[in-house]
Amino acid sequence: MSAHATTYVPKSRFAKWFEARLPIVGLVHSSFIAFPVPRNLNYFWTFGAILIVMLASQIVTGVWLAMHYQPSATEAFNSVEHIMRDVNYGWLLRYMHANGASMFFIAVYVHMFRNLYYGSYKAPREVLYILGVIIYLLMMATAFLGYTLPWGQMSFWGATVITNILAAIPIVGDTIQSLLWGGYSVGNPTINRFFSLHYLLPFMIAGVVVLHVWALHVTGQNNPTGIPIKTGKDAVPFTPYATIKDVFAVVVFFVFFAYWIFLQPNYLGHADNYIPANPAVTPAHIVPEWYFLPFYAILRAVPDKLGGVILMFGAVIILALAPWLDTSRVRSANYRPIYRQFFWVFIFCCFLLGWLGSKPPEGGYVLASRIATVYYFAHFLIVMPLVGLFETPKPLPGSILESVTGPGKQVGSSGIPAGATAAPSTKG
Amino acid sequence: MATTAAPSDAAHPHGATRRDFLFLATGAGAVVGAAALAWPFVASMAPDAETVAAGAPIDVDLTPIADGQIVNVFWRGKLIFVRHLTEKEVADMKAMAPASMIDPAPFLSRVKEGHERWLVAYGNCTHLGCVPIANANGQEGWACPCHGSQFDAVGRVTRGPAPINLPIPPYAFQGDAKVRIGEGAAA
Amino acid sequence: MIRTRALVAAALAAFLSAGAASAAEGGPLPHREKWTFSGMFGTFDQAQLQRGFQVYREVCSNCHSLHYVRFRNLGEEGGPDFSAAQVKALAAEYKVKDGPNDSGDMFERPGRPADKFPSPFPNDQAAAAANGGKAPPDLSLMAKARTFARGGLWFIIDWLPFIGYTEQGPDYIHALLNGYKEEPPKDVTVPPGGHYNEYYPGHIIAMPKPLSDGQVTYAKGADGKPVVPETVDQYSRDVTAFMMWTAEPHLLARKQLGLRAMLFLIVLAGLLYYVKKKIWSDVGGETHGLQPELHKTS
Repeated sequence: MSAHATTYVPKSRFAKWFEARLPIVGLVHSSFIAFPVPRNLNYFWTFGAILIVMLASQIVTGVWLAMHYQPSATEAFNSVEHIMRDVNYGWLLRYMHANGASMFFIAVYVHMFRNLYYGSYKAPREVLYILGVIIYLLMMATAFLGYTLPWGQMSFWGATVITNILAAIPIVGDTIQSLLWGGYSVGNPTINRFFSLHYLLPFMIAGVVVLHVWALHVTGQNNPTGIPIKTGKDAVPFTPYATIKDVFAVVVFFVFFAYWIFLQPNYLGHADNYIPANPAVTPAHIVPEWYFLPFYAILRAVPDKLGGVILMFGAVIILALAPWLDTSRVRSANYRPIYRQFFWVFIFCCFLLGWLGSKPPEGGYVLASRIATVYYFAHFLIVMPLVGLFETPKPLPGSILESVTGPGKQVGSSGIPAGATAAPSTKG
Repeated sequence: MATTAAPSDAAHPHGATRRDFLFLATGAGAVVGAAALAWPFVASMAPDAETVAAGAPIDVDLTPIADGQIVNVFWRGKLIFVRHLTEKEVADMKAMAPASMIDPAPFLSRVKEGHERWLVAYGNCTHLGCVPIANANGQEGWACPCHGSQFDAVGRVTRGPAPINLPIPPYAFQGDAKVRIGEGAAA
Repeated sequence: MIRTRALVAAALAAFLSAGAASAAEGGPLPHREKWTFSGMFGTFDQAQLQRGFQVYREVCSNCHSLHYVRFRNLGEEGGPDFSAAQVKALAAEYKVKDGPNDSGDMFERPGRPADKFPSPFPNDQAAAAANGGKAPPDLSLMAKARTFARGGLWFIIDWLPFIGYTEQGPDYIHALLNGYKEEPPKDVTVPPGGHYNEYYPGHIIAMPKPLSDGQVTYAKGADGKPVVPETVDQYSRDVTAFMMWTAEPHLLARKQLGLRAMLFLIVLAGLLYYVKKKIWSDVGGETHGLQPELHKTS
């Protein structure tokens, strides 16, 4: 499954000549055509493909918007309105890009929850998983930078609030802040460099995505049973089986995406961002985009500025530690009766934090935020290590094929007898 | 079960056709979809509504333009020369024989009838777009500084590499003292 | 387990009660109006936009700019759709500052379709100075720049097709224009230069009641009778629809293209589903079907 071992056999003379010099066709063949895919993957596994398409969509619409956008404090808002009004299909490009960011995050959250549920982060996929966390961090940075660019009220005040968060870092905070601002406040130099960085980061994401996919093809995909491919009968070749399923899922996702673009293009945004930036007036309710709300709730749950910042970043960093915090030998929560319940509480907790993030930080909201924050961290620091130690997993199926065809059946001459082994496997 | 798993074509001779048709229809749909998706991206690169609107005709007042003077105006971002020809220049230009020219054009095809003293022409060399210098070295027309093309007083090319005469934009006289450039042009 | 259940219960209780609390904050919510432009098949009423433009022109434009709208926009399809000649004549009624000319002076000339709507004040400072310290906001994007929270868990439902609700901006504007009260509640003292409005956040608004019945005379119908009543309610409906158009001039094109795109994608998805099914049938289907004739894998 690595780039070296390929079943690709070049046929024509040119293909042989080329393959001897740059074995890229063989690489593509082994990665995306012959690559064995567990045959029991459900639709949660199509979100990787959806994410790649969304990244491409964001880059392409972004490059096109940049042909019309002007990154300056005086012209940014005007140029966005110019795009919305005068550029042919400019409204479509902008709504695709703005809503595309939300769709990207919806897809990435499904992808992450699938990962957590089926234990895809566990050995041997730790590096693959950490690359994913890095992609998520880069996505958050990119989304934040992009949101400042229309230079509306939310853009301006979002940039102000977030850059002030960084000032909480001891010793170097102020320096980082003034380097980001390029001045003494958020202003023209800030938007200009944010534009530059917003253009740069997606390509860095694309680079890490290549590593992510590479690592995936070294370890192979996890699957709903969590047990590895044992024989050829457990797998199907990537093309055409996974390919067509991914394409189908991408098109279904596009129906959803199109609904937002064309019929609810401003629902996921803020009305205040249609007011040009005004450094003298702060909007009544400052809230980030929906995909940051859980972290915003965690930030505000802590009364101390530095403490809130540490906890907020900690909430992402702790994701990267999951492979070592989870002590269970079974991957998939399908076979973990106790962990599975905690998992759903954790999901509820994430949604709750998101909702609390949109509420003013007062009264019961603060208390609820604190409880949810504590649970969020407890899930990783207490539930994952302890449940893994004490829980008795349900018996695992003998093979992936058996999980598809049902137990008790002799499946093929080389098939493994049903129920032969319930031992969990930790080997990929 | 091997029989059902194997392609059912043998059992149903029409199975293959139906399957092929499904694949073909889906592929065609995907191609149409991709093309439809690409269209807005291409269209967005065409001149936008503001640029098109800014290309509305402009009026040039001719009264302040002295005999022999050339005035630069811009229409749709393009440089246009408005040249008030002297009597001598008109006579000289009329005298030239079109047959010997690189891009033969009689005098009257370069000016509007009844307004022979006025030339309105695009101001970029037809070779690669530099702006020719007027009346360089005492000659009546223009000489391009980039690659040495020369044009006479009504913008006809007299020396290469420029292949054709300076083009005439759409324009119309509004009385004797005003000219409207861009009138009648396609938006 | 007990801990889990208790947590869920506590969180759920907080969720619901908090929702009720936020709905109660800050006076009555604007009433939900019927708009021709709402919903999947929504479209602008050309006659209404033309009337709304008349209201803007005769009333609002004395103080409020329309910075992002050009005269030419008034002739665009899907909008007020005035004829090219009407747009030209209309633009020419305005004086537009242009220049500098050849002698370096700024000068005034009749407007052209490509020009912006001239602002009532030369700059924000002048606008603020003439209006008691606060510049009247630009109206181009007003319908998208204003909203109100419905509170509770409505946000889960409001984006859905057919039952959703996303016209909070226009409803707020309509409510605001009708929300002036001559007699403020007894416990409220209205400061000089302020006006009491039920729907304005904080209730004290600098803008005096802008509309009154009969203030704008609409064109009569063919039978010589008014087409719509000349009332504050009707004026505010018309001018709100006009502001929705200025905020989202491509609304019609957007919805039309969107329905086509979604229909196409649904059909394509349907075809792909069957293609996928056919392909997977070679290995006995995705979840059932047995003894697959498996392809060789590495």
